Amino acid sequence: MEDQLIIGGKEIKSRLFLGTGKFGDDHLIPKCIEASGAQIITVAMRRIDFHTSQENMMQYIPKDCILMPNTSGARNAEEAVRIARLGRAAGCGDWVKIEVVSDNKYLLPDNEETLKAVDTLVKEGFTVLPYMTPDLYAARRMRDAGAAAVMPFGAPIGTNKGLRTREVVQIMAEELDLPVVVDAGIGKPSEAAECMEIGAAAVLVNTAVATAGDPVRMAAAFGKAVQAGREAFLASPGAVRQYAEASSPLTGFLHEA
Amino acid sequence: MKITINGESHTCQAGETLLSFLKAEGISPQTVVAEYNGSIVQMNQFGTTLLHDGDSLELLRFVGGG
Repeated sequence: MEDQLIIGGKEIKSRLFLGTGKFGDDHLIPKCIEASGAQIITVAMRRIDFHTSQENMMQYIPKDCILMPNTSGARNAEEAVRIARLGRAAGCGDWVKIEVVSDNKYLLPDNEETLKAVDTLVKEGFTVLPYMTPDLYAARRMRDAGAAAVMPFGAPIGTNKGLRTREVVQIMAEELDLPVVVDAGIGKPSEAAECMEIGAAAVLVNTAVATAGDPVRMAAAFGKAVQAGREAFLASPGAVRQYAEASSPLTGFLHEA
Repeated sequence: MKITINGESHTCQAGETLLSFLKAEGISPQTVVAEYNGSIVQMNQFGTTLLHDGDSLELLRFVGGG
């Protein structure tokens, strides 16, 4: 049976989503996209700075990618909606990652404000993927408001700490009838594979790739890890046991009489 | 005349449009999203958006982000 990931009515060919921040050199971005196979690519929007000359980073994103602007910088629903509308006006499609954060130390998303933004933007025809604090009830409300997927964090943004929210994310993946994408905190390919093994539909990484010693190689590693983890989930891992259970037959030993 | 751009005061010529202002600043219009007095301006309207004294503009662009 074919294993498809459908989000917002589109078949998504890669279960790895890639962010474009923090790259030491933007020329690495298309190479990382290619090496990882990622199709959904996040970007941010910021004010133009007239005092420094800046390159147009959009030239580094291949045209066949799905661009997903985030609403980073938004502190409440109103600001998130405003940023989302601006992103769409820039002509990059209807996808948006809602990110509403007012805590600057841990950058934890505000589920209540995020839900309000989801509600407004779905009505305006956006394909909305909210970045959220892992919570089953909040996720159900996001789904009822029309979110295309939910994106709980594994650990705070940029920490590379891994899947610290495993228990709740696993429950969300099991109980929700829409894709769960682990977004933020994933630092290593093994952790991305772990997300997939417990039933996540996809993983979004940025810092782990952008700040690696060799970002292109790390991007490729994440692409493989996500595939391997998905395969493992579909294959249903065997039971965990307390005591040893021999893998080789326990009869026919040489010393038997 | 004075207009506020991204929270900073700028001086510009009377009769200037959003498009001519961007060109004078050396900014490619295709890379810009504009909010003029709180409303989004579509790119094909940059050339007909006349700037007036006291106007407020937000000019944004895409940057790398997660």
